[in-house]
Amino acid sequence: MKKEGLTGSLIAISIGLVFGLVIMVIANPFQAIPGFFTMIGGWLIHPDFLRRVGDLFYIAGPLIMTGLSVGFAFKTGLFNIGATGQYTMGMFAGIYVGVYGDFFGPTQWIFAFLAAIVFGALWGLIPGLLKAYFNIHEVIASIMLNYIAMYTVNMWVQTNPTLFNVQFAKTVTIDANAYLPTTFLRDIFARSGIDIGILLAIGFSLLMYFVLEKTTFGYELKSVGSNRFASKYAGIKENRSLILSMTIAGALAGIGGALYFLSRGSINSGNQYPVANELMSAGFDGIAVALLAQSNPVATIFSALFISFIQRGGFFMQTLGIKIEIIDVIVAAIIYSSAMSMLAKDKLTSFLKKWRTKA
Amino acid sequence: MKPAKRPIIDMQHITKVFPGIVANDDISLSLMEGEIHALLGENGAGKSTLMSVLFGLYTPEGGQIKKYDDVIQIKDPNDANRYGIGMVHQHFKLVEVFTVLDNILLGAEPMENALFIDRKKAKEDIVALSNRYKLKIDVDAKIEDISVGMQQRVEILKMLYRKNNILIFDEPTAVLTPQEIEELMKILNDLKNEGKSILFISHKLNEIMAISDRVTVLRKGKAVGTFITKETTPKALSTLMVGRDITFEVAKTPVTIGDAQLELSHLSYISPRTKKALLNDVSFSVRSGEIVGIAGIEGNGQSELAYLIAGLLHPSDGHIHLKGQDISHRSVRYRNDAGLAHIPEDRHKYGLILDDPLFSNLSMKKYHKEPFQKNGILNKKASLELAESLIHSFDVRSGQGIYSLTRSLSGGNQQKAIIAREIDTNSDVMLAVQLTRGLDVGAIEYIHQHMLRQREEGKAILMISLELDEIMKLSDRILVMYNGQIVAELKPKQTTKEEIGLYMAGGHPS
Repeated sequence: MKKEGLTGSLIAISIGLVFGLVIMVIANPFQAIPGFFTMIGGWLIHPDFLRRVGDLFYIAGPLIMTGLSVGFAFKTGLFNIGATGQYTMGMFAGIYVGVYGDFFGPTQWIFAFLAAIVFGALWGLIPGLLKAYFNIHEVIASIMLNYIAMYTVNMWVQTNPTLFNVQFAKTVTIDANAYLPTTFLRDIFARSGIDIGILLAIGFSLLMYFVLEKTTFGYELKSVGSNRFASKYAGIKENRSLILSMTIAGALAGIGGALYFLSRGSINSGNQYPVANELMSAGFDGIAVALLAQSNPVATIFSALFISFIQRGGFFMQTLGIKIEIIDVIVAAIIYSSAMSMLAKDKLTSFLKKWRTKA
Repeated sequence: MKPAKRPIIDMQHITKVFPGIVANDDISLSLMEGEIHALLGENGAGKSTLMSVLFGLYTPEGGQIKKYDDVIQIKDPNDANRYGIGMVHQHFKLVEVFTVLDNILLGAEPMENALFIDRKKAKEDIVALSNRYKLKIDVDAKIEDISVGMQQRVEILKMLYRKNNILIFDEPTAVLTPQEIEELMKILNDLKNEGKSILFISHKLNEIMAISDRVTVLRKGKAVGTFITKETTPKALSTLMVGRDITFEVAKTPVTIGDAQLELSHLSYISPRTKKALLNDVSFSVRSGEIVGIAGIEGNGQSELAYLIAGLLHPSDGHIHLKGQDISHRSVRYRNDAGLAHIPEDRHKYGLILDDPLFSNLSMKKYHKEPFQKNGILNKKASLELAESLIHSFDVRSGQGIYSLTRSLSGGNQQKAIIAREIDTNSDVMLAVQLTRGLDVGAIEYIHQHMLRQREEGKAILMISLELDEIMKLSDRILVMYNGQIVAELKPKQTTKEEIGLYMAGGHPS
C-alpha cells in the first residue's frame, strides 16, 4: 500500500470511530465517553494486559485469513462473498480430524489443518467451476453456498452422536493433539488463547503477497481479473486461472476456520463449534478487513488486527453496563463506515493533497 | 447554401490542463451560424477536449466562451443544452435496453401531468422530426437491436428534440460503414440547410474536404490555423496537422516470396448459438514476404476468421497449418510461441489490459519466457527494460512513460504499443486485424511503414481490414470475403476499388 493509501485508510478509520461515538452518545449518553475510550484502547490498560494482547492475536489470526481470502479474490477480479461458507467447511474438517484423527498422534493438528485447507478449497472450487463453465456469477453462487455449508455442517454434526454434545449444543472438544502448538507464545502471553495461528496467518499474508506480486502465476491470475479477454488472447488459460483463484480463496478462508477452532482457546471459544442456524460472521468481517487493507495482503495483517482490536474493545465495554447488542451495532458501524469510506478513498486522498498544498 | 453570417459561438483563448499535459493551449475558435466547421487533428491533439469544454464536461483553466455577444458559463451539459449546444459522442450515450423513443425522451420528458409522461405526443413530435430531417428510425425498437447507423441517428434526434442548434459531432464516421457515412454526409448537409451550426471532429481528410465550409487544424493542443475548406488542399492540411510532410503513397520494394507460412484448408465455423455457418470452406495460404489483404464489409466472417487463426475460437471443420504444423486445435499460447503474432481487432477488449501500466502490457506476450521470468518468479527489471526500448523505438507517447496507465494513452499510442509488442515477438506470421481503425494520418503512415518493413524482413502478413484504401495500398494479393466465403482473389495493380466493392457486396462483374 502506498503512503497515500495508508493515509486514506487512517482517515477512513477515524470517520468510522467518530460515527461509532455518535451512535454511543445517542444510545447511552452517560457512558458514551468512557465506553469509547475503553473501546479504542482502554481495555488494554489492565493487569491482564499480556493475556488480553494474546487473545487479540488469537482472534486476529482467523480474521487475517478471511481478509486474505476476500482480498485475494478481489485482486483477481472476483468477489468472494462466500468466505463464511468456506470458513465453515474448513472448521468442520478441522474439528472432524481433531476429534477422530487421534491415530495421527502428535501430528494430528497438522492433518486437521490440512483437512481444513482441502475442505475450504473445495467450497471455493464450486463457485469457480460454476463461473468458468456456466458463467454463473460467483456472488450468487457463493451466497447460496454459505447457507448450504452452514446447514450441511449442522446436519452432519447433529446426526453424529459421537461428535455432538447435545447438552451444550456444541461439538465435543477436540483432542489436545489437534491444538495448534503454542510454543513460546503462551509463555509470553500467559493464559491467553494465543498459539502459532497468528504466525501462520502472517506467514500466509507474506506468501500471498509474494505470489501476487512476484510470480508469473500471480500475474496470470491478476490479468484474468483485470481483463479476461486480453488474458485469453495473451495465451493465459482464463478458466483455469479463475477456478484456481476461487479455490485458493476458499483454502485461505478454510484455514481461517482451522485457526479459530484448532485452538486451546481462552475467551470462551475455540476447540468446540457451537451449533447454531446462523452464518458465522468471520467471512463477512473478512470483507471489511480486505476493503480496509485495499486487498493488499501485508496490509491485511494490520487491518485484521485493528478490527479485532475494536471488537475486543467492544466486548470489554460491557463492564460499563453497555448492552452487548449496542456494542455489536457500534462495532458493525465502525467496520461498515470504515469500509464505505474506503470506497471514497480516492476522494479522500485528493482532498488531502489539496489541503496539504493549501496549508 | 445560406451565406455564413455572424459567429454564434466564440471560444476565446481556451486553455485546459491535465496532469502532465496541456490538452488545449490558448485555442480560439469561432463557429458561424449555419456553417459546418471541421476540427482536424491527430489523436491527442485536443479536439475532443475542446469540444468537451464547449459541452460543459470540462471546466477550462483559462479563456471564455461567447454566444453571440454574451459571455456564457457552461458548467455542465445541462447548461450546454440551455444554450442550444448538443453533442454526439464518439461512443454513443444510449441506454441499450430502452427503446429509441425512451432514449430520446430521457432527461427531457414531456409530462402529461405531474406523474405521467406524455408518450403519445412525444412520439408524434419525434416522428415529425425524423420525417423533416429524413432521419430514418424505428421509434419502438430497442437500441440493442438496431444498427450503429440508426443509433447515431437517434443521437442526432436527441439533439434536435431538445431544440439544439449548435451540434457537435465527435468523430461520427469512425464507427460507420461506407454506405452509412454517405448517408450521414447527406444528413449533415440537410441540417446545415435548416440553419443548424455544426462542429465536426474528424481526422479523415476526405470527409472534411467533402463536407465542411471551414476547417480549424489543431496540433499538440494548439490551434494551427483556420481555413476556408475550398481554398485549401488535403496535402496542405495533413502537413499542418502532423507538422511534417505526409507521404500518401507508400514505396513497396520487391521482395522474394518464400514458402507458405500460414495455410488454411477448408476451414469452417458454425456459430454454436445460431447454428449458422459464419465461415464456410475457406482455403488460402500466406507466404513469407507477402501481405495478403482480406477485404469485406463488416460481419462477413472476417472476425471469426481471425479468432480461428489466433485460437480464440475453434473450427467446426478444416485445418490451419502454421509453418507446416497443424495447429487447428492447439492453444493460444502454443500458437503464439510457435510463431504467430496477432494485432487484434478490438484493442480494448483483447489487445490491452487497460488498467495495467504500459510496461506490463508490453511484456504480456513474453512474461512466461526467460529472462522475463525464472522458475515462475517475475523479473520486473527485464520487463521494464524491454518496455523502455519498445516505447523508444516505436515512438509510443504517454504521460508517465512506461508507468502510465494504459487507459490514459491515446488510441493511436495504444495501437502503437500493441504493434510494438507484436513485432517484438519476431514471429514469422503476423495476423493484423483493423490495423489502423480510428487512427489519424500520422499514426497510420507510421504503422503502414512498419508493416512494410515486416514484409521486407520476410514475414508472412495476413491483413484483415475494412478500409479499402489500406488494402489497396499494402496488399500483394487481395482476397474478398462475402458471407463467410472467399469470393475473389485479386491483384491490387490489376483491379479497381469498384471491382472489389462489387465482390464485397456479393456481386459478380460480368
